[in-house]
Amino acid sequence: MNSEIYRETILEHYANPVNAGDIPDADATARDFNPSCGDVVEIQAKFSDGIVKDIKFRGEGCAISQSSVDILLGIVKNKTIAEVENFTTEDFLEILGIELSPLRLKCALLGLNTLKTAVHTYLTRV
Amino acid sequence: MSLNAEKFREDFPIFKRKINNRPLAFLDSASTSQKPQQVIDAIKDYYEQHNANPHRSIYTLCDEATQIYEKAREKVAKFINAKSDKEIIFVRNTNEAMNILAYSYAMENLKEGDEILLTIMEHHANIVPWQMLQKRGVKLKFVDINDDGTLNLNQLNEMITKNTKIVSVTHKSNVLGTVNNVKEIGRIAHDNESIFIVDGAQAVPNMPVDVKDLDCDFLAFSGHKMLGPMNIGVLYGKSDILEKMEPFMRGSDMIKEVQLTETVWNDLPWKFEAGTPNVEGAVGLSAAIDYLSKVGLSEIQKHEEELSVYAMEKLNEIKGFKPVFNGTLKNGVISFNMVGTHSHDVAYILDEFAVAIRSGHMCCQPLMRRLGMQSIARASFYLYNTKEEIDTLAEGLEKVNQVFKV
Ligand SMILES: Cc1ncc(COP(=O)(O)O)c(C=O)c1O
Repeated sequence: MNSEIYRETILEHYANPVNAGDIPDADATARDFNPSCGDVVEIQAKFSDGIVKDIKFRGEGCAISQSSVDILLGIVKNKTIAEVENFTTEDFLEILGIELSPLRLKCALLGLNTLKTAVHTYLTRV
Repeated sequence: MSLNAEKFREDFPIFKRKINNRPLAFLDSASTSQKPQQVIDAIKDYYEQHNANPHRSIYTLCDEATQIYEKAREKVAKFINAKSDKEIIFVRNTNEAMNILAYSYAMENLKEGDEILLTIMEHHANIVPWQMLQKRGVKLKFVDINDDGTLNLNQLNEMITKNTKIVSVTHKSNVLGTVNNVKEIGRIAHDNESIFIVDGAQAVPNMPVDVKDLDCDFLAFSGHKMLGPMNIGVLYGKSDILEKMEPFMRGSDMIKEVQLTETVWNDLPWKFEAGTPNVEGAVGLSAAIDYLSKVGLSEIQKHEEELSVYAMEKLNEIKGFKPVFNGTLKNGVISFNMVGTHSHDVAYILDEFAVAIRSGHMCCQPLMRRLGMQSIARASFYLYNTKEEIDTLAEGLEKVNQVFKV
Protein backbone atom coordinates (compact mmCIF):
# COMPACT_ATOMS: atom_id res chain seq x y z
CA MET A 1 0.00 0.00 0.00
CA ASN A 2 1.32 3.40 -0.83
CA SER A 3 0.23 6.82 -1.93
CA GLU A 4 1.35 6.25 -5.53
CA ILE A 5 -2.27 5.40 -6.31
CA TYR A 6 -3.00 9.11 -5.99
CA ARG A 7 -1.77 9.84 -9.51
CA GLU A 8 -2.17 13.27 -10.99
CA THR A 9 -5.14 12.13 -13.14
CA ILE A 10 -6.92 10.62 -10.12
CA LEU A 11 -6.50 13.80 -8.08
CA GLU A 12 -7.54 15.95 -11.03
CA HIS A 13 -10.77 13.99 -11.60
CA TYR A 14 -11.44 14.11 -7.85
CA ALA A 15 -10.98 17.86 -7.57
CA ASN A 16 -12.64 18.75 -10.89
CA PRO A 17 -14.97 16.00 -12.06
CA VAL A 18 -16.06 16.45 -15.68
CA ASN A 19 -19.08 14.16 -15.57
CA ALA A 20 -20.71 15.30 -12.36
CA GLY A 21 -24.27 16.56 -12.52
CA ASP A 22 -27.87 15.60 -13.21
CA ILE A 23 -29.85 14.56 -16.28
CA PRO A 24 -33.42 15.68 -15.55
CA ASP A 25 -35.00 13.42 -18.22
CA ALA A 26 -32.77 10.40 -17.60
CA ASP A 27 -33.89 6.99 -18.89
CA ALA A 28 -32.24 5.15 -16.05
CA THR A 29 -30.96 5.98 -12.60
CA ALA A 30 -29.00 3.75 -10.24
CA ARG A 31 -27.58 4.37 -6.81
CA ASP A 32 -25.20 2.24 -4.83
CA PHE A 33 -23.33 2.40 -1.54
CA ASN A 34 -20.20 0.94 -0.15
CA PRO A 35 -21.72 -0.14 3.19
CA SER A 36 -18.40 -0.39 5.03
CA CYS A 37 -17.44 3.24 4.46
CA GLY A 38 -20.64 4.96 3.33
CA ASP A 39 -19.32 6.05 -0.07
CA VAL A 40 -22.22 6.68 -2.42
CA VAL A 41 -22.60 7.04 -6.19
CA GLU A 42 -25.70 7.81 -8.21
CA ILE A 43 -25.59 7.53 -12.00
CA GLN A 44 -28.14 8.96 -14.41
CA ALA A 45 -28.09 7.95 -18.06
CA LYS A 46 -29.87 8.81 -21.27
CA PHE A 47 -29.91 6.33 -24.14
CA SER A 48 -30.95 6.53 -27.77
CA ASP A 49 -30.49 4.11 -30.68
CA GLY A 50 -28.69 1.73 -28.35
CA ILE A 51 -26.09 4.33 -27.47
CA VAL A 52 -25.23 6.03 -24.19
CA LYS A 53 -26.11 9.56 -25.23
CA ASP A 54 -25.49 11.26 -21.93
CA ILE A 55 -24.38 10.04 -18.54
CA LYS A 56 -23.68 11.87 -15.29
CA PHE A 57 -23.09 11.09 -11.63
CA ARG A 58 -23.44 12.49 -8.18
CA GLY A 59 -21.57 11.07 -5.28
CA GLU A 60 -19.75 11.46 -2.03
CA GLY A 61 -16.71 9.57 -0.95
CA CYS A 62 -12.98 9.07 -1.22
CA ALA A 63 -10.75 10.18 -4.06
CA ILE A 64 -10.59 6.68 -5.52
CA SER A 65 -14.35 6.05 -5.62
CA GLN A 66 -15.21 9.49 -6.97
CA SER A 67 -12.44 9.84 -9.54
CA SER A 68 -13.03 6.28 -10.79
CA VAL A 69 -16.65 6.95 -11.56
CA ASP A 70 -15.78 10.21 -13.30
CA ILE A 71 -13.17 8.47 -15.46
CA LEU A 72 -15.58 5.60 -16.14
CA LEU A 73 -18.36 7.83 -17.41
CA GLY A 74 -15.92 9.50 -19.78
CA ILE A 75 -15.11 6.07 -21.21
CA VAL A 76 -18.66 4.84 -21.72
CA LYS A 77 -20.23 8.02 -23.05
CA ASN A 78 -21.23 7.58 -26.71
CA LYS A 79 -20.48 3.84 -26.56
CA THR A 80 -23.11 1.27 -27.50
CA ILE A 81 -25.01 -0.53 -24.77
CA ALA A 82 -23.42 -3.77 -25.96
CA GLU A 83 -19.96 -2.27 -25.51
CA VAL A 84 -20.83 -1.13 -22.00
CA GLU A 85 -22.18 -4.58 -21.16
CA ASN A 86 -18.99 -6.21 -22.40
CA PHE A 87 -16.78 -3.76 -20.53
CA THR A 88 -15.30 -5.82 -17.70
CA THR A 89 -13.75 -5.08 -14.33
CA GLU A 90 -10.40 -6.11 -15.76
CA ASP A 91 -10.77 -3.68 -18.68
CA PHE A 92 -11.51 -0.87 -16.25
CA LEU A 93 -8.68 -1.66 -13.84
CA GLU A 94 -6.25 -1.78 -16.73
CA ILE A 95 -7.28 1.70 -17.74
CA LEU A 96 -7.04 2.99 -14.17
CA GLY A 97 -3.60 1.43 -14.01
CA ILE A 98 -3.16 1.62 -10.25
CA GLU A 99 -2.34 -1.12 -7.79
CA LEU A 100 -5.26 -1.56 -5.38
CA SER A 101 -5.66 -3.59 -2.20
CA PRO A 102 -8.85 -5.68 -1.93
CA LEU A 103 -10.50 -3.06 0.31
CA ARG A 104 -9.58 -0.25 -2.03
CA LEU A 105 -10.83 -2.25 -5.03
CA LYS A 106 -14.34 -1.80 -3.67
CA CYS A 107 -13.90 1.96 -3.87
CA ALA A 108 -12.66 1.80 -7.46
CA LEU A 109 -15.46 -0.51 -8.60
CA LEU A 110 -18.38 1.26 -6.93
CA GLY A 111 -19.01 3.32 -10.08
CA LEU A 112 -18.74 0.36 -12.45
CA ASN A 113 -21.21 -1.70 -10.41
CA THR A 114 -23.64 1.22 -10.32
CA LEU A 115 -23.27 1.69 -14.07
CA LYS A 116 -24.08 -1.98 -14.73
CA THR A 117 -27.19 -1.65 -12.57
CA ALA A 118 -28.28 1.46 -14.49
CA VAL A 119 -27.89 -0.33 -17.84
CA HIS A 120 -29.70 -3.37 -16.50
CA THR A 121 -32.56 -1.22 -15.24
CA TYR A 122 -32.85 0.38 -18.65
CA LEU A 123 -32.77 -2.92 -20.55
CA THR A 124 -35.39 -4.60 -18.39
CA ARG A 125 -37.67 -1.63 -18.92
CA VAL A 126 -37.49 -1.18 -22.71
CA MET B 1 3.51 9.54 31.98
CA SER B 2 1.91 7.85 34.93
CA LEU B 3 1.38 4.60 33.13
CA ASN B 4 4.26 2.79 31.47
CA ALA B 5 2.82 2.01 28.05
CA GLU B 6 6.21 0.89 26.72
CA LYS B 7 6.32 -1.84 29.31
CA PHE B 8 2.78 -3.02 28.54
CA ARG B 9 3.50 -3.08 24.81
CA GLU B 10 5.92 -5.94 25.41
CA ASP B 11 2.97 -8.09 26.45
CA PHE B 12 1.31 -7.65 23.04
CA PRO B 13 2.91 -9.87 20.38
CA ILE B 14 1.34 -7.90 17.52
CA PHE B 15 3.55 -4.91 18.28
CA LYS B 16 6.53 -6.93 17.06
CA ARG B 17 4.92 -6.81 13.65
CA LYS B 18 6.22 -4.30 11.09
CA ILE B 19 3.94 -2.82 8.47
CA ASN B 20 5.61 -1.15 5.51
CA ASN B 21 8.83 -1.62 7.48
CA ARG B 22 7.63 0.52 10.33
CA PRO B 23 6.50 -0.39 13.83
CA LEU B 24 2.72 -0.62 14.11
CA ALA B 25 1.02 2.49 15.54
CA PHE B 26 -2.36 1.02 16.38
CA LEU B 27 -4.75 3.92 16.98
CA ASP B 28 -8.00 2.05 16.44
CA SER B 29 -8.72 0.39 19.78
CA ALA B 30 -12.23 1.84 19.88
CA SER B 31 -12.93 -0.58 17.01
CA THR B 32 -11.18 -3.49 18.60
CA SER B 33 -8.26 -3.77 20.99
CA GLN B 34 -5.11 -5.82 20.56
CA LYS B 35 -4.58 -8.88 22.78
CA PRO B 36 -1.84 -9.48 25.34
CA GLN B 37 0.08 -12.77 25.52
CA GLN B 38 -1.75 -13.53 28.78
CA VAL B 39 -5.08 -13.69 26.95
CA ILE B 40 -3.68 -15.72 24.07
CA ASP B 41 -2.02 -18.12 26.53
CA ALA B 42 -5.19 -18.55 28.57
CA ILE B 43 -7.10 -19.65 25.49
CA LYS B 44 -4.27 -21.96 24.43
CA ASP B 45 -4.08 -23.47 27.88
CA TYR B 46 -7.82 -24.08 27.92
CA TYR B 47 -7.66 -26.09 24.70
CA GLU B 48 -4.44 -27.90 25.63
CA GLN B 49 -5.48 -28.85 29.15
CA HIS B 50 -9.19 -28.56 29.90
CA ASN B 51 -11.38 -28.66 26.80
CA ALA B 52 -14.79 -30.34 27.17
CA ASN B 53 -18.41 -29.34 26.75
CA PRO B 54 -19.40 -27.69 30.04
CA HIS B 55 -22.54 -28.57 32.03
CA ARG B 56 -22.89 -31.85 30.10
CA SER B 57 -21.26 -34.68 31.99
CA ILE B 58 -19.36 -35.61 35.13
CA TYR B 59 -15.87 -36.60 34.04
CA THR B 60 -12.83 -34.57 35.09
CA LEU B 61 -12.42 -32.42 31.98
CA CYS B 62 -16.09 -31.58 31.87
CA ASP B 63 -15.98 -30.56 35.48
CA GLU B 64 -12.94 -28.37 34.81
CA ALA B 65 -14.45 -26.77 31.72
CA THR B 66 -17.64 -26.02 33.65
CA GLN B 67 -15.70 -24.48 36.51
CA ILE B 68 -13.53 -22.42 34.20
CA TYR B 69 -16.57 -21.08 32.39
CA GLU B 70 -18.46 -20.24 35.58
CA LYS B 71 -15.35 -18.70 37.21
CA ALA B 72 -15.11 -16.37 34.22
CA ARG B 73 -18.68 -15.34 34.90
CA GLU B 74 -17.86 -14.61 38.54
CA LYS B 75 -14.91 -12.54 37.41
CA VAL B 76 -17.08 -10.43 35.14
CA ALA B 77 -19.63 -9.98 37.94
CA LYS B 78 -16.93 -8.68 40.30
CA PHE B 79 -15.42 -6.50 37.59
CA ILE B 80 -18.62 -4.49 37.09
CA ASN B 81 -19.74 -4.97 40.71
CA ALA B 82 -22.88 -6.96 39.94
CA LYS B 83 -24.84 -8.32 42.87
CA SER B 84 -24.53 -11.89 41.66
CA ASP B 85 -23.03 -13.88 38.81
CA LYS B 86 -26.58 -14.90 37.89
CA GLU B 87 -26.86 -11.43 36.42
CA ILE B 88 -24.09 -12.03 33.89
CA ILE B 89 -25.20 -13.48 30.57
CA PHE B 90 -22.52 -14.35 28.07
CA VAL B 91 -23.37 -13.19 24.57
CA ARG B 92 -21.42 -12.67 21.35
CA ASN B 93 -21.15 -8.89 21.54
CA THR B 94 -22.99 -5.67 22.31
CA ASN B 95 -25.16 -6.07 19.22
CA GLU B 96 -26.42 -9.43 20.44
CA ALA B 97 -27.09 -8.09 23.93
CA MET B 98 -29.24 -5.30 22.48
CA ASN B 99 -31.13 -7.80 20.34
CA ILE B 100 -31.90 -9.93 23.39
CA LEU B 101 -33.34 -6.85 25.07
CA ALA B 102 -35.34 -5.85 21.99
CA TYR B 103 -36.83 -9.32 21.52
CA SER B 104 -37.09 -10.65 25.06
CA TYR B 105 -37.87 -7.44 26.89
CA ALA B 106 -39.32 -4.86 24.50
CA MET B 107 -41.32 -7.18 22.22
CA GLU B 108 -42.84 -8.84 25.30
CA ASN B 109 -43.65 -5.69 27.26
CA LEU B 110 -44.17 -2.68 24.99
CA LYS B 111 -47.38 -1.87 23.19
CA GLU B 112 -48.74 0.70 20.77
CA GLY B 113 -48.21 4.26 21.98
CA ASP B 114 -45.22 3.38 24.15
CA GLU B 115 -41.94 5.17 23.57
CA ILE B 116 -38.26 4.29 23.60
CA LEU B 117 -35.93 7.19 24.33
CA LEU B 118 -32.50 7.03 22.67
CA THR B 119 -29.89 9.64 21.78
CA ILE B 120 -28.59 10.90 18.47
CA MET B 121 -25.08 9.71 19.39
CA GLU B 122 -26.04 6.03 19.56
CA HIS B 123 -24.19 3.34 17.65
CA HIS B 124 -26.32 1.40 15.15
CA ALA B 125 -26.28 -1.45 17.69
CA ASN B 126 -28.45 0.69 19.97
CA ILE B 127 -30.80 1.97 17.26
CA VAL B 128 -31.55 -0.72 14.71
CA PRO B 129 -32.86 -3.42 17.13
CA TRP B 130 -35.38 -0.91 18.55
CA GLN B 131 -36.66 0.05 15.11
CA MET B 132 -38.32 -3.37 14.98
CA LEU B 133 -40.74 -2.15 17.69
CA GLN B 134 -42.07 0.58 15.39
CA LYS B 135 -44.08 -2.11 13.59
CA ARG B 136 -46.36 -2.36 16.57
CA GLY B 137 -46.70 1.38 17.01
CA VAL B 138 -43.90 2.03 19.49
CA LYS B 139 -42.30 5.41 18.93
CA LEU B 140 -38.54 6.04 18.95
CA LYS B 141 -37.35 9.41 20.21
CA PHE B 142 -33.82 10.78 20.01
CA VAL B 143 -32.25 13.25 22.41
CA ASP B 144 -29.97 15.74 20.64
CA ILE B 145 -26.44 16.87 21.49
CA ASN B 146 -25.28 20.32 22.51
CA ASP B 147 -22.83 22.32 20.41
CA ASP B 148 -19.92 21.00 22.47
CA GLY B 149 -20.76 17.35 21.82
CA THR B 150 -22.33 16.67 25.21
CA LEU B 151 -25.82 15.25 25.55
CA ASN B 152 -28.65 17.76 25.90
CA LEU B 153 -29.93 16.69 29.32
CA ASN B 154 -32.57 19.43 29.41
CA GLN B 155 -34.06 18.03 26.27
CA LEU B 156 -33.93 14.53 27.70
CA ASN B 157 -35.91 15.77 30.68
CA GLU B 158 -38.48 17.32 28.34
CA MET B 159 -38.76 14.34 26.01
CA ILE B 160 -39.32 11.68 28.63
CA THR B 161 -43.06 11.03 29.16
CA LYS B 162 -45.24 8.58 31.03
CA ASN B 163 -45.23 6.51 27.82
CA THR B 164 -41.44 6.18 27.83
CA LYS B 165 -40.91 2.55 28.79
CA ILE B 166 -37.24 2.27 27.89
CA VAL B 167 -34.35 4.72 28.03
CA SER B 168 -31.23 3.34 26.31
CA VAL B 169 -28.07 5.44 26.18
CA THR B 170 -24.42 4.93 25.44
CA HIS B 171 -22.09 5.50 28.38
CA LYS B 172 -19.39 6.78 26.06
CA SER B 173 -19.71 7.83 22.43
CA ASN B 174 -17.45 6.01 19.98
CA VAL B 175 -17.39 9.10 17.74
CA LEU B 176 -17.39 12.09 20.08
CA GLY B 177 -15.65 10.51 23.03
CA THR B 178 -18.34 12.12 25.18
CA VAL B 179 -18.86 10.35 28.49
CA ASN B 180 -22.51 10.70 29.40
CA ASN B 181 -23.70 11.22 32.93
CA VAL B 182 -25.46 7.87 32.93
CA LYS B 183 -26.02 7.94 36.67
CA GLU B 184 -28.11 11.09 36.33
CA ILE B 185 -29.89 9.77 33.22
CA GLY B 186 -30.65 6.56 35.12
CA ARG B 187 -32.16 8.58 37.96
CA ILE B 188 -34.38 10.46 35.51
CA ALA B 189 -35.40 7.18 33.82
CA HIS B 190 -36.21 5.46 37.12
CA ASP B 191 -38.15 8.45 38.47
CA ASN B 192 -40.24 7.99 35.35
CA GLU B 193 -40.47 4.20 35.94
CA SER B 194 -38.66 3.52 32.66
CA ILE B 195 -36.24 0.64 32.18
CA PHE B 196 -32.71 2.00 31.90
CA ILE B 197 -30.23 0.38 29.51
CA VAL B 198 -26.58 1.38 29.12
CA ASP B 199 -24.44 0.62 26.06
CA GLY B 200 -21.10 0.07 27.76
CA ALA B 201 -19.14 -0.98 24.67
CA GLN B 202 -16.82 2.04 24.87
CA ALA B 203 -16.90 2.79 28.59
CA VAL B 204 -16.24 -0.62 30.15
CA PRO B 205 -12.82 -1.05 28.45
CA ASN B 206 -11.62 2.44 29.33
CA MET B 207 -12.91 3.53 32.74
CA PRO B 208 -14.23 2.03 35.97
CA VAL B 209 -17.87 1.01 35.54
CA ASP B 210 -19.94 -0.07 38.54
CA VAL B 211 -23.48 -1.25 37.84
CA LYS B 212 -24.57 -0.80 41.46
CA ASP B 213 -23.37 2.77 41.42
CA LEU B 214 -24.96 3.50 38.03
CA ASP B 215 -28.11 1.64 39.06
CA CYS B 216 -28.76 0.64 35.44
CA ASP B 217 -31.18 -2.19 34.72
CA PHE B 218 -29.05 -3.53 31.87
CA LEU B 219 -25.49 -3.01 30.66
CA ALA B 220 -24.09 -4.39 27.41
CA PHE B 221 -20.44 -4.64 26.37
CA SER B 222 -18.03 -6.53 24.12
CA GLY B 223 -14.93 -8.48 25.16
CA HIS B 224 -12.97 -7.68 22.03
CA LYS B 225 -12.72 -3.99 22.85
CA MET B 226 -11.17 -4.72 26.27
CA LEU B 227 -8.22 -6.99 25.38
CA GLY B 228 -10.43 -10.09 25.17
CA PRO B 229 -11.23 -12.24 22.16
CA MET B 230 -13.89 -11.55 19.57
CA ASN B 231 -17.31 -13.16 19.85
CA ILE B 232 -17.63 -12.93 23.64
CA GLY B 233 -19.61 -10.16 25.24
CA VAL B 234 -21.76 -9.55 28.25
CA LEU B 235 -25.34 -8.65 28.96
CA TYR B 236 -25.69 -7.64 32.59
CA GLY B 237 -29.25 -7.41 33.88
CA LYS B 238 -30.87 -7.00 37.29
CA SER B 239 -31.95 -10.48 38.30
CA ASP B 240 -35.55 -9.57 39.17
CA ILE B 241 -36.09 -8.29 35.61
CA LEU B 242 -34.20 -11.16 33.97
CA GLU B 243 -36.28 -13.67 35.94
CA LYS B 244 -39.45 -12.34 34.37
CA MET B 245 -38.10 -12.29 30.82
CA GLU B 246 -38.61 -14.94 28.19
CA PRO B 247 -35.48 -16.49 26.67
CA PHE B 248 -34.24 -15.16 23.34
CA MET B 249 -32.69 -18.32 21.88
CA ARG B 250 -34.31 -21.67 22.59
CA GLY B 251 -32.82 -25.14 22.47
CA SER B 252 -30.37 -27.06 24.61
CA ASP B 253 -28.69 -26.06 27.87
CA MET B 254 -31.24 -23.35 28.59
CA ILE B 255 -33.79 -25.89 29.82
CA LYS B 256 -34.61 -27.80 32.99
CA GLU B 257 -37.13 -30.21 31.61
CA VAL B 258 -38.35 -30.80 28.08
CA GLN B 259 -41.65 -32.46 27.23
CA LEU B 260 -42.79 -32.96 23.67
CA THR B 261 -44.79 -29.75 23.62
CA GLU B 262 -43.51 -27.72 26.53
CA THR B 263 -40.37 -26.89 28.40
CA VAL B 264 -39.33 -25.55 31.78
CA TRP B 265 -36.61 -22.91 31.39
CA ASN B 266 -33.33 -23.24 33.19
CA ASP B 267 -32.39 -20.83 36.01
CA LEU B 268 -30.51 -17.61 35.43
CA PRO B 269 -28.21 -17.00 33.71
CA TRP B 270 -28.36 -20.22 31.65
CA LYS B 271 -31.93 -19.50 30.55
CA PHE B 272 -30.39 -17.04 28.11
CA GLU B 273 -27.51 -19.21 26.91
CA ALA B 274 -28.76 -21.82 24.45
CA GLY B 275 -26.33 -24.41 23.10
CA THR B 276 -22.65 -25.09 23.68
CA PRO B 277 -21.18 -21.87 25.07
CA ASN B 278 -18.08 -19.97 24.00
CA VAL B 279 -15.79 -21.21 26.78
CA GLU B 280 -12.67 -20.10 24.93
CA GLY B 281 -14.13 -16.60 24.77
CA ALA B 282 -15.05 -16.54 28.44
CA VAL B 283 -11.56 -17.77 29.38
CA GLY B 284 -9.98 -15.06 27.23
CA LEU B 285 -12.25 -12.38 28.66
CA SER B 286 -11.41 -13.50 32.17
CA ALA B 287 -7.68 -13.18 31.45
CA ALA B 288 -8.33 -9.77 29.88
CA ILE B 289 -10.13 -8.61 33.02
CA ASP B 290 -7.17 -9.80 35.13
CA TYR B 291 -4.86 -7.78 32.93
CA LEU B 292 -7.02 -4.63 33.01
CA SER B 293 -7.48 -4.89 36.78
CA LYS B 294 -3.73 -5.18 37.28
CA VAL B 295 -3.11 -2.03 35.25
CA GLY B 296 -6.10 -0.25 36.81
CA LEU B 297 -9.02 1.25 34.93
CA SER B 298 -8.49 4.69 36.45
CA GLU B 299 -4.86 4.59 35.36
CA ILE B 300 -5.93 3.66 31.83
CA GLN B 301 -8.40 6.50 31.76
CA LYS B 302 -5.76 8.97 32.95
CA HIS B 303 -3.29 7.71 30.36
CA GLU B 304 -5.82 8.16 27.56
CA GLU B 305 -6.52 11.67 28.81
CA GLU B 306 -2.83 12.56 28.73
CA LEU B 307 -2.46 11.19 25.23
CA SER B 308 -5.55 13.09 24.09
CA VAL B 309 -4.23 16.39 25.39
CA TYR B 310 -0.84 15.74 23.77
CA ALA B 311 -2.47 14.74 20.48
CA MET B 312 -4.67 17.82 20.31
CA GLU B 313 -1.66 20.08 20.88
CA LYS B 314 0.32 18.31 18.21
CA LEU B 315 -2.44 17.88 15.62
CA ASN B 316 -3.85 21.39 15.93
CA GLU B 317 -0.56 22.61 14.46
CA ILE B 318 -1.24 20.73 11.24
CA LYS B 319 -2.81 22.65 8.40
CA GLY B 320 -6.32 21.51 7.60
CA PHE B 321 -6.75 19.43 10.78
CA LYS B 322 -10.34 19.90 11.92
CA PRO B 323 -11.44 18.06 15.05
CA VAL B 324 -15.16 17.35 15.23
CA PHE B 325 -15.29 19.04 18.62
CA ASN B 326 -12.39 21.08 19.90
CA GLY B 327 -11.70 21.24 23.58
CA THR B 328 -13.82 18.37 24.80
CA LEU B 329 -11.66 15.66 23.32
CA LYS B 330 -9.92 14.25 26.37
CA ASN B 331 -11.37 10.78 26.44
CA GLY B 332 -9.03 8.89 24.17
CA VAL B 333 -11.16 9.39 21.06
CA ILE B 334 -10.15 12.02 18.51
CA SER B 335 -12.50 12.35 15.56
CA PHE B 336 -11.45 14.72 12.84
CA ASN B 337 -11.36 15.57 9.18
CA MET B 338 -8.57 16.88 7.01
CA VAL B 339 -9.76 19.77 4.87
CA GLY B 340 -9.84 18.75 1.21
CA THR B 341 -9.28 15.04 1.82
CA HIS B 342 -11.78 12.27 2.44
CA SER B 343 -11.25 10.26 5.63
CA HIS B 344 -10.73 7.11 3.60
CA ASP B 345 -7.84 8.66 1.77
CA VAL B 346 -6.46 9.94 5.06
CA ALA B 347 -6.55 6.43 6.54
CA TYR B 348 -5.01 4.96 3.42
CA ILE B 349 -2.06 7.33 3.38
CA LEU B 350 -1.53 6.85 7.14
CA ASP B 351 -1.20 3.12 6.53
CA GLU B 352 2.04 3.85 4.71
CA PHE B 353 3.32 4.97 8.11
CA ALA B 354 1.84 1.86 9.76
CA VAL B 355 -0.65 4.11 11.53
CA ALA B 356 -4.03 2.38 11.89
CA ILE B 357 -7.06 4.64 12.31
CA ARG B 358 -10.76 4.24 11.61
CA SER B 359 -12.45 6.06 8.75
CA GLY B 360 -16.02 6.25 7.50
CA HIS B 361 -19.38 6.58 9.19
CA MET B 362 -18.36 4.86 12.45
CA CYS B 363 -21.62 2.85 12.53
CA CYS B 364 -23.29 6.09 13.63
CA GLN B 365 -25.04 7.38 10.52
CA PRO B 366 -27.74 9.38 12.35
CA LEU B 367 -25.03 11.20 14.32
CA MET B 368 -23.01 11.81 11.16
CA ARG B 369 -26.07 13.33 9.51
CA ARG B 370 -26.63 15.49 12.60
CA LEU B 371 -23.03 16.70 12.34
CA GLY B 372 -23.48 17.31 8.62
CA MET B 373 -20.62 14.97 7.76
CA GLN B 374 -20.46 11.99 5.44
CA SER B 375 -17.38 10.49 6.98
CA ILE B 376 -14.88 11.03 9.75
CA ALA B 377 -11.38 9.87 10.61
CA ARG B 378 -10.89 8.67 14.17
CA ALA B 379 -7.79 8.00 16.24
CA SER B 380 -8.44 6.23 19.52
CA PHE B 381 -6.03 5.40 22.32
CA TYR B 382 -5.58 2.59 24.80
CA LEU B 383 -3.17 1.55 27.51
CA TYR B 384 -0.46 0.47 25.05
CA ASN B 385 -0.34 3.70 23.02
CA THR B 386 2.53 6.17 23.26
CA LYS B 387 3.28 9.79 22.38
CA GLU B 388 5.68 8.54 19.71
CA GLU B 389 2.75 6.96 17.90
CA ILE B 390 0.95 10.29 17.94
CA ASP B 391 4.07 11.88 16.48
CA THR B 392 3.91 9.33 13.67
CA LEU B 393 0.24 10.15 13.16
CA ALA B 394 1.19 13.81 12.80
CA GLU B 395 3.94 12.91 10.34
CA GLY B 396 1.42 10.92 8.31
CA LEU B 397 -1.08 13.77 8.27
CA GLU B 398 1.59 16.09 6.87
CA LYS B 399 2.03 13.57 4.07
CA VAL B 400 -1.74 13.60 3.47
CA ASN B 401 -1.53 17.34 2.90
CA GLN B 402 1.42 16.86 0.60
CA VAL B 403 -0.33 14.24 -1.56
CA PHE B 404 -3.57 16.19 -1.77
CA LYS B 405 -1.73 19.49 -2.16
CA VAL B 406 -3.53 21.14 0.72
C1 LIG C 1 -20.82 2.53 21.51
C2 LIG C 1 -20.82 1.20 20.82
N1 LIG C 1 -21.87 0.40 20.91
C3 LIG C 1 -21.91 -0.80 20.33
C4 LIG C 1 -20.86 -1.28 19.58
C5 LIG C 1 -20.99 -2.60 18.90
O1 LIG C 1 -20.09 -3.53 19.39
P1 LIG C 1 -20.03 -4.98 18.75
O2 LIG C 1 -19.68 -4.79 17.32
O3 LIG C 1 -18.96 -5.66 19.51
O4 LIG C 1 -21.37 -5.60 18.93
C6 LIG C 1 -19.73 -0.47 19.44
C7 LIG C 1 -18.58 -0.95 18.64
O5 LIG C 1 -18.14 -0.35 17.70
C8 LIG C 1 -19.71 0.79 20.05
O6 LIG C 1 -18.66 1.61 19.92
